[in-house]
Amino acid sequence: MRLLATYLIGLVFGIGIAISGMMNPAKVLNFFDVAGMWDPSLAFVMGGALIVTFIGYRIALSRPRPVFEPAFSLPTSRTIDARLVGGSAVFGIGWGIAGFCPGGALPAIGTGRGEVLVFVAAMIGGMFAARGLQGWLARRARQSAGAETA
Amino acid sequence: MTPVTEFTPLASFVGGLLIGLAAVALMALRGRVLGATGILAGLIAPASSSDWAWRAAIVAGMISGPIAVMIVTGAMPEIIVPVGLPALVAGGLLVGLGVTFGSGCTSGHGVCGLARLSPRSIVATLTFMASTGLTVYVIRHVLGG
Repeated sequence: MRLLATYLIGLVFGIGIAISGMMNPAKVLNFFDVAGMWDPSLAFVMGGALIVTFIGYRIALSRPRPVFEPAFSLPTSRTIDARLVGGSAVFGIGWGIAGFCPGGALPAIGTGRGEVLVFVAAMIGGMFAARGLQGWLARRARQSAGAETA
Repeated sequence: MTPVTEFTPLASFVGGLLIGLAAVALMALRGRVLGATGILAGLIAPASSSDWAWRAAIVAGMISGPIAVMIVTGAMPEIIVPVGLPALVAGGLLVGLGVTFGSGCTSGHGVCGLARLSPRSIVATLTFMASTGLTVYVIRHVLGG
């Protein structure tokens, strides 16, 4: 029952992404091409999504707990650092090169298009590479902290 | 060559409403942010089997989205990929790296985070919107691709 409801949430998201144009790289790239083939449609996607989420979150979060879980699991980090800004900048470069973002690419798998599968495979590769890199950075930071206290 | 795409304010707005509806439903039912990055990250490297199942269910739903649209309308939603294979691979790698370090993407930061007025998400969204725009500008108007 809970998994079925969660599946249906994904389905609504996937239908929304599909009809909005967010999984069509030509449309996404034209949205950003203000100096050329500008197609402002995606501003309407963002607008529609934000109106519903802004109001709906206030109602959902005013309740003591979510329906299926004992508590809300909200992101708690407040730090604005180089990792957040640098990561977001690199994400944008990739989005501008390929035209797919994660939320557009996952539903797009359903079209069975080879280009989507190539992008998603590369994206997952990038996510694993980032994890490896994060682990290495954390080890190096621990080592240098250890060297300082020694 | 760069194809012209039709301006679709109504379909895009309705699609946006559905994306918002899904985000609100996930918060109301499971108390979670609907971020494609976070959901996928926990799916490919699960913390526990109980944490894995809901992620698999929501991604299965997402993948069913375009199929449902095809069943209703008779046509698969349009996907035009105006870039080549090397761009898909390079773009995919950079997106995967970037969203992991940036802790989110268009859905997590751009919709859910902005709706929560999270300062991190506001900074992240402004950053990736600017860098995407700049990248498209450089590729199309400086390099002339």
